[in-house]
Amino acid sequence: MADELLMGAYVCKGCGIGDRLDCGQLEQTATRDGKAKFAKSHDFLCSAEGVAMIQADIDSGETNHVIIGACSRRAKVEAFNFQNVTVSRANLREGVIWVRPDNDEANETTQEMADDYMRMACAESKFQKLPAGSSEQSLNKTILVVGGGISGMTAAIEAADAGYPAVIVEKAGELGGVMGQLHRRVATTSPYAEPEDTTVADLIAKIEAASNISVHLNSTVTKTAGAPGRFDVDISTESGATSNVSIGAIVQASGMKQFDANKLTEFAYDKSDNVITQLELEALAKEANGGPIKRKDGKEVSSVVFVQCAGQRSDKEGYLPYCSGFCCTASIKQAMYFKDANPDVDTVIMYDDLRTPGAGGEDFYRAGQKKGVIFTKSSVSTIDASGNDLTVNFKDMILNEETSMPADLVVLATGQEPNSGPNPYALDEAKKAAEDAGEEVPSEVEITVDSILNLDYRQGTDLPHLKHGFTDSHFICFPYETRRTGIYSAGPVRRPMDSLQSTIDATGAAMKAIQEVENAAVGAAAHPRSGDLSFPQFRIEGCTQCKRCTVECPFGAINEDEKGFPSFNESRCRRCGTCMGACPVRVISFENYSVDTVGQQIKNVDIPDEFDEKPRILVLACENDAYPALDMAAQNRLEYSAFTRVVPVRCLGSVNTIWLTDALNSGYDGIILMGCQKGDDYQCHFVKGSEIAHMRMSKIADTLETLNLEKERVATYEVAITDVTRTTELINDMAKTIEEIGMSPFKF
Amino acid sequence: MSDNNQMVEKYRNNFLKEVEANVEEGDWVKMCMQCGVCAGSCPMGPYWEHTPQELFMMIRAGKREEVLTSESMWMCTSCYNCISRCPRELPITHIMHGLAHYAKRLGIAPKQQATMRFSQKFWDNLMVSGRVNELKLGIALYFLDGFAQGVKNALAASGLGLGMYKAKRLNPMEILGGHSIKDKSGLKAMIKKAQEIEEARISGNNK
Repeated sequence: MADELLMGAYVCKGCGIGDRLDCGQLEQTATRDGKAKFAKSHDFLCSAEGVAMIQADIDSGETNHVIIGACSRRAKVEAFNFQNVTVSRANLREGVIWVRPDNDEANETTQEMADDYMRMACAESKFQKLPAGSSEQSLNKTILVVGGGISGMTAAIEAADAGYPAVIVEKAGELGGVMGQLHRRVATTSPYAEPEDTTVADLIAKIEAASNISVHLNSTVTKTAGAPGRFDVDISTESGATSNVSIGAIVQASGMKQFDANKLTEFAYDKSDNVITQLELEALAKEANGGPIKRKDGKEVSSVVFVQCAGQRSDKEGYLPYCSGFCCTASIKQAMYFKDANPDVDTVIMYDDLRTPGAGGEDFYRAGQKKGVIFTKSSVSTIDASGNDLTVNFKDMILNEETSMPADLVVLATGQEPNSGPNPYALDEAKKAAEDAGEEVPSEVEITVDSILNLDYRQGTDLPHLKHGFTDSHFICFPYETRRTGIYSAGPVRRPMDSLQSTIDATGAAMKAIQEVENAAVGAAAHPRSGDLSFPQFRIEGCTQCKRCTVECPFGAINEDEKGFPSFNESRCRRCGTCMGACPVRVISFENYSVDTVGQQIKNVDIPDEFDEKPRILVLACENDAYPALDMAAQNRLEYSAFTRVVPVRCLGSVNTIWLTDALNSGYDGIILMGCQKGDDYQCHFVKGSEIAHMRMSKIADTLETLNLEKERVATYEVAITDVTRTTELINDMAKTIEEIGMSPFKF
Repeated sequence: MSDNNQMVEKYRNNFLKEVEANVEEGDWVKMCMQCGVCAGSCPMGPYWEHTPQELFMMIRAGKREEVLTSESMWMCTSCYNCISRCPRELPITHIMHGLAHYAKRLGIAPKQQATMRFSQKFWDNLMVSGRVNELKLGIALYFLDGFAQGVKNALAASGLGLGMYKAKRLNPMEILGGHSIKDKSGLKAMIKKAQEIEEARISGNNK
């Protein structure tokens, strides 16, 4: 590609653009104001003929920066996908004609809107470069699987079967994990009526037979440095011997542990050997191996009560607030152990809400009922263990009475806790929680668990937690993805789940790991900007070592070198631009997305003077949710103010406050920022971007004050992709606000 | 030992098993998932002491006495709302009738239960000629609670009777015995056989 900037603008007349707008004038705007080398119109630009016209210009070297004035950048993506040139899109259809009424009164402002979008696209194009790609590329197909339970074994086998060698690191002396301790598993195949083999033996045999899976038993990961495609991992055995492996991507399947039943004093777990947990019953069942199950003192069990939700779904201090999602079917399975050995054993499951997830869940429940397992909707208050036999005191919720029942054995469904490492953001979160609650801010938090990955990252040793210790994941859009690129969590460490879900989860994580290995090999981003070859670059001369970028990067992509300068790990980067938004001296940018590509769009909007009564509203909209919502509003022909100029941003986190200051200084009357939902149930595609942006914007009031402007002029909103009508309302509300408070005095 | 005591002895605390073995469609009771749709669907719901959902739970909880002496299952009008709505496809109406029948067989159904008394009258009437004699059934009902009440009931309904007579819906001559089916002895043989089969089943259960 020639270094010379050759901007070529193309205006489409299709979809009614030609009828509503003066395309000749748009061409003129592009060449005169936008400084495009040439401008052309076409009746139907996305047709084969139109695309061929552009391609011919590219091939003949007429243009290397293509500007397309047509539909939204989200439409006709395949048609306008040109190689080796930059493409900028002016949104004339969804952004202009579809949101404005077709009448004489509106035509003038509609044309002005279109002219501005042409100018903005030209400005963006001018400052955009074609990403040259990272120099860090290397193909390393090896996938590290941390944990050798059913999730880990499945992930390793799936990866190996696809041709990607796997390395399993297991803390215990044998593979199998929790699943290996089970007698049988819940039915996974139709008719979902009988407990099945756990398949652990089969999986182990498969791993032993596989030539491209290596297993490290009695071992832990003691160091993980590097980035996807070039992770540098130390694996140490108990005895201290360390081996070093080079890894492409990592699956963390560190599994679950049982909730500590000793906390359940009301159920006498600590007092009686005959009150046991589900896992302890599995051991008894394994011992009995199909025969009558005996309790610890050797007595054959003739009546057993299963207490569901023991220590779970509770707001009591120290108990689990969530549903573990596997225990109801596990108890049904365990009741079947008794019924299959001897149908005369009384098996009662005391539940509050019976939850049997999965395709076969309901069938399995029914199968349990057919075998004669009794289900009682009840709330167990205490278990009396004064004698050898137990008395379960409970409230029958259907008959609404306090009652009791004798039992030889009580099994507590205690649920699962994730085996995740220490949360790197524990202190920050504790501080924030204390601040919100108005309590004393702690200076440190107690770390009670060992690190699992021992990441050599500036941002902490392990995967960040989302809630209740489960590793972070974008549970709506990208469930396996954590906030550490190239490291995928699978199984009950990610969220509560049963063994069947774990195998599905592990398979998904293995696929994601493979994808990341391939991405890293070409220097391309993982989703949501999948395929993006750009990465953050910074001018070291300007850097003040303020560390904001290293702290705020949601993905831990940026380390610091000895001098405190940021050191980027390109393949850890997700290209959200949060570092760019954070940088107070604006030295961070991407080749195709920078302070200038957006800043110049803002500056190139025509600002009429104060007496024209034509205000300007700048909308910085997240390209993942808010921008599509605006497109959908246009598809529904919802109208919004003709004074609006929308600029899509990668993430609200990439918004640098200089854009706002510049916009206000150059005479914009109002600014709206639209990002995704933040907080625990975030929808932000970059997890923290929206939250960080909201935090930054809460401080913008000071800037407004120094400019002597009303604080209503800048508004930040959380917008979901479904908020189609709301986006237009927010814009129109801002237009109304400007009418009330008057035009900005900063127009020149 | 009476039937009832025998059963108590046999099943001790396990009333569910007793119901499964002895009540028509009783083996469905364990399949109830306690959603309460039957209770919400029953047009008689507000008038029962226990809804079907509760009865099923009481059976599982071993509340034998309370269930079998309850009037609740006798209140069922066989509208079949519950059957058509039950997500677990339990034949609830049939179970209600089965429970009522079982309670009566054991002799512990409430003695003054109106549905039960009417059903007995109906059956007795039917077995005379193989056809229900409506006039006699009506009169028997009027006099269910004694002679004086019967006269009062009859006088109160005299207008209705006269109207039906005029419309030829009621023949006073039926009082003399009325018409019967063609093969009375055939019907009796069928019923006898059916009762034998049932007796055999019950005594089989009691072994």
